[in-house]
Amino acid sequence: MTERYDVLVVGAGPAGLAAAQAAASHGRRVGVIDAQARPGGQVWRHDIAKPPTRAAQAAIAAIDHVELLAGHTVIASEGHTLRTESAHGAHDLEYSALILATGARELLLPFPGWTLPGVTGAGGLQALVKQGWPITGKRVIVAGSGPLLLAAADSLRTHGAQLLGIHEQAPARTMAAFTAQLWRWPERAMQALGLRARLASVPYRFGSHVRAAFGRETLEAVEIVGPHGVQRVACDHLAVGYGLVPDTGLARLLGCALQDGAVHPGVRVDSFGRTSVTHVFAAGEACGIGGLAVARIEGAIAGHAAAGDDASATALLRRRTRARRFSGLLARSFALVPHLHALATPQTTVCRCEDVPLGALDDFSDTRAARLASRCGMGACQGRICGSALAELGRFMPAGSGRPPLFPARLDSLAASAGDLSVTADC
Amino acid sequence: MSGDLIHLCVNGQSVAVPEGANVVAAVAQVTTRFRRSVHGEPRAPLCGMGVCFECRVRVDGHANLRACMTPVREGMQVQTDD
Amino acid sequence: MSHFDLIVVGAGIIGAACADAATAAGLRVAIVEPGPIGGGSTAAAMGHLVAMDDDPVELALSRYSLQLWEAFADLAEAEFSRCGTLWVARNPQEIGAIDTRIARLAAAGIEARAVDADELYRLEPLLAPGMAGGLRVPGDAVVYPPRVALHLVKRACAHGATLHHGRRVLTLGDGAVTLDDGSRLVGPVLVATGCALPQLLPELPMRSRKGHLVITDRYPGLLHHQVLELGYADSAHGDADSSVAFNVQPRPTGQILIGSSREFGDGDSAVSPPMVQRMLQRAFTFMPGLRDLQALRTWTGFRPTPIDGRPYLGAVPGYRDVWAAAGHEGLGVTTALGSARLLIDLLRGDTPAIDPAPFAPSRVTT
Repeated sequence: MTERYDVLVVGAGPAGLAAAQAAASHGRRVGVIDAQARPGGQVWRHDIAKPPTRAAQAAIAAIDHVELLAGHTVIASEGHTLRTESAHGAHDLEYSALILATGARELLLPFPGWTLPGVTGAGGLQALVKQGWPITGKRVIVAGSGPLLLAAADSLRTHGAQLLGIHEQAPARTMAAFTAQLWRWPERAMQALGLRARLASVPYRFGSHVRAAFGRETLEAVEIVGPHGVQRVACDHLAVGYGLVPDTGLARLLGCALQDGAVHPGVRVDSFGRTSVTHVFAAGEACGIGGLAVARIEGAIAGHAAAGDDASATALLRRRTRARRFSGLLARSFALVPHLHALATPQTTVCRCEDVPLGALDDFSDTRAARLASRCGMGACQGRICGSALAELGRFMPAGSGRPPLFPARLDSLAASAGDLSVTADC
Repeated sequence: MSGDLIHLCVNGQSVAVPEGANVVAAVAQVTTRFRRSVHGEPRAPLCGMGVCFECRVRVDGHANLRACMTPVREGMQVQTDD
Repeated sequence: MSHFDLIVVGAGIIGAACADAATAAGLRVAIVEPGPIGGGSTAAAMGHLVAMDDDPVELALSRYSLQLWEAFADLAEAEFSRCGTLWVARNPQEIGAIDTRIARLAAAGIEARAVDADELYRLEPLLAPGMAGGLRVPGDAVVYPPRVALHLVKRACAHGATLHHGRRVLTLGDGAVTLDDGSRLVGPVLVATGCALPQLLPELPMRSRKGHLVITDRYPGLLHHQVLELGYADSAHGDADSSVAFNVQPRPTGQILIGSSREFGDGDSAVSPPMVQRMLQRAFTFMPGLRDLQALRTWTGFRPTPIDGRPYLGAVPGYRDVWAAAGHEGLGVTTALGSARLLIDLLRGDTPAIDPAPFAPSRVTT
C-alpha cells in the first residue's frame, strides 16, 4: 500500500514540526516522518524523566492535524516516493512536495582513546540520559565546543551527574568577544545566563581540550590540555562533541546539490527552501547549522512554500535573515583551533565500524581507493562518523554513496516491490 | 514520565527500566560493553542518536539492532557480544 | 619517450595480474591507470573463485587459474577463504544434472560430489525446506578482489614496473601509447580495460552487463559456503536482457554478500530498486531466513561481455604489438591469474599451458 501526501516532511524536530504546521494550515494532507519513537528531534528529544519544555509541547500540539509517522526510518527513494522502515515493516510514502528537515549530527573527532566505552558525544550523552541511561553520581567531563556543551551539561546535572568540568576549546578572548555580542540577541543572552547560573558550581574552562582518554575495558581518566598545562583527571564519562554538522544523507540520495566550498556542506536552498531538485525543499540545520530559532522559521517558510503560499513564506524572510546572522556569529566564535586536527595519531582508529587506523589512509589521495583498500567507511554507520571526521581533518570528503539503503535496513524492506507492501507490513 | 517499569532480560540478567526508555538504558545497567569491534575491542554507544551503530545488540534473536533506537518492551531478551 | 617491454593499460584484476606476471618474467613494465587500482568491475565483483563447467574452454582456463590462486591462500591482502561452493538443486530434474557436472569437473581435475537433502541442510541450515539436494565443490574459495589487484600492482612495482597512476591513454598505435599528460610510452601494448575496451579497440565488440549486489552487516557463522542455485549458469550464460539468480556468499568478515543480477542495455550505474527487489526475492525463495538481516549497502557493477562470452586474450589483428586481455564477464577474478600467464606466454613466444586459440581476438575480427 502506498500512502499519498500533499506534503511529506522528513524530521520531526523544530524545523519539521514548523514545516508540517505551516503546510497543514493550508488544508494539505501532511505527513511527518521521524526515526525516533516520539516527535521533537534532538533539541526537543523526549526525556523519560522530565516533562517537555513549553515550546516543544506547543510545537508538538500544533501538528494534531498532521499524520506523524514515528519510528520510521527513510531507507530508499524512487521518483516521488520514499520507502521507510518501521517495526511493522516497509512502507511507501508518495508525496507531491517533500521537505527535508533532517537536522544535524554531532561532529565527533578521533583522538587516542576515543573508542573506549564511556566516551560519547556531548549531545550524545545528553540524548542517552534522556533515554534512561544511568548517570546519577557518575563523574562526567564535558568537552569540545559550542553552546551545546552547556545545554548538555545542564541536562546531565538535572539527571544527577557529578560534573567535573566543561572544557571549551575556543580561546578565552574569542569567548569574551562572543559574550560581548550576545546582547544583540536578548533571548539567547537570557538563555546563556540561565544555563551559566544553573551550572555555576561547575568549572567552565576556555582554550581547553581533551587530548587522550585512558582505560582498559572502559574509560578511567582523560588528559586535558589547557592554557595552564596538562592535567589528568579520573572520570566515568567523557562527553565530547565539536559542534554540529548538517545531516545531508537523504538530500544526497535524492540528488539535491549541496553548498559549495564548505567543509561540512549543507543542502543548497533558495530563500524559500527550494533545493536543486523540483518539489524538494529543505529547512533548518540540514541547510547549515543555525540553531532552534532558524530551524523554526525556515521550517515555516518551507511549509508555506511547499503548500504553494509564497506570500506567507515571504512574510517570514526578514526574521530568517536576522536569525541566520546569529548562526554566523556562532560559527566564527566556536571555530575549531587547528591543533584539534592533530589529536589523532596514525594508530588512532578513525573508522570505528571496521577498526581502520588513520595511518592506513596515508597512501591514498582518492577517497574511493582508500575505502576499497582499507574498508574505511564501509561499515554499519555507512561512513557517517569517520566521513565527517575525515572531512574536518581535511583528508577526504564525507562518503555518502547516494545509494540505498540510506540507513541499514532489513533485506525484506528492500525486497518488497512497490504496491506489494501490505503483505510485508505485518511481518 | 509514567512510573511504570518495564522488565527485560539483558545477558540473562533481569533489568527494570521506566516505560519509554530505550534498550540502551537497560543494557547500561548490566554492562559497559555493548559489542566487540572487528579487532575485539570493547565498544559502547558514542552518538546516542542512531548514527554511530556502536550500540548494536541482539534483541529477541535479531542481531545488529541499535539499542538507542529500540524502545523497551516487556519481556525483551537482549544480548551483547561476548 | 620511454621504452618498455610491456605497457599494461588498465589496472583492474586482469591488468594487475598481467603486470605482475610480466615483471615476474623479467619484463620492463609500465602500468597506466586513470582511476583507483581495481576500481572498476574488480571492485564490484563478488570475488568468488569458482569452477564453472558449462563451457569446457572456460573450465580449462578456470582450472589453470584456480591452481595459481593457491599461491594466494595465505596472503592477508587476498582475504582468501576456502568456503567451497554449494550448488542447490530444487527438484529431481536438477538433481539429474549433477552427475554430468561432477564428471565434467572431475575430467578437469576438480573435486566435486553430490550431497543429498539431509546433508544439504546440515551444511546450510538456512536453506528453505523442500530442496532436493546439491553439488558441493570444496576447493572453491572467495577473495577480496580490489585488494588483490592493489597487491599485484605493488608487487609489479617492487619488481621494477612503472605506474602511471591518474593517467589516461589518449591514443593507441602500433607498439606505443600517448598519455593525457602528453608523454609517449613505446613498447608492446596490452589493453586490459574491461568494459572500456572498445574505447581503444573498437574492433573488439564488448557489451557491459550490469549487476547488482547487496551486502549485510556481520553475522558470523550464519552461512558457510558460497551457495548458488544449480540453474545459475542459465542466468550467467544465457542471453536474456535481464535475469536474476540466487547466489550468496559468506565474507570472511561474517558479512553476507547477495547476488546476482544480469542486465544488458542499462548503462546507468545507479542502483535500480526493482532489480534489487527481484534479486532479493529470488534469494528469499532459497533462503527465507535472509529477510531479517540488516543490509548495509547496495552497489552495481558492469561485466565486460564479448559476444561469445569468452575473453579476448591475445594479439589484436591489424596492429603490430597490440594485445588484449579483457572481456571475462563474471569470471574475471577466477581466471585473472591464468589469463595473465597465458598472455605473457604468448607475448614471449612460449607455449601456454592451455590452448589459447578459443580466446584469440582474431575470432571476431576475421
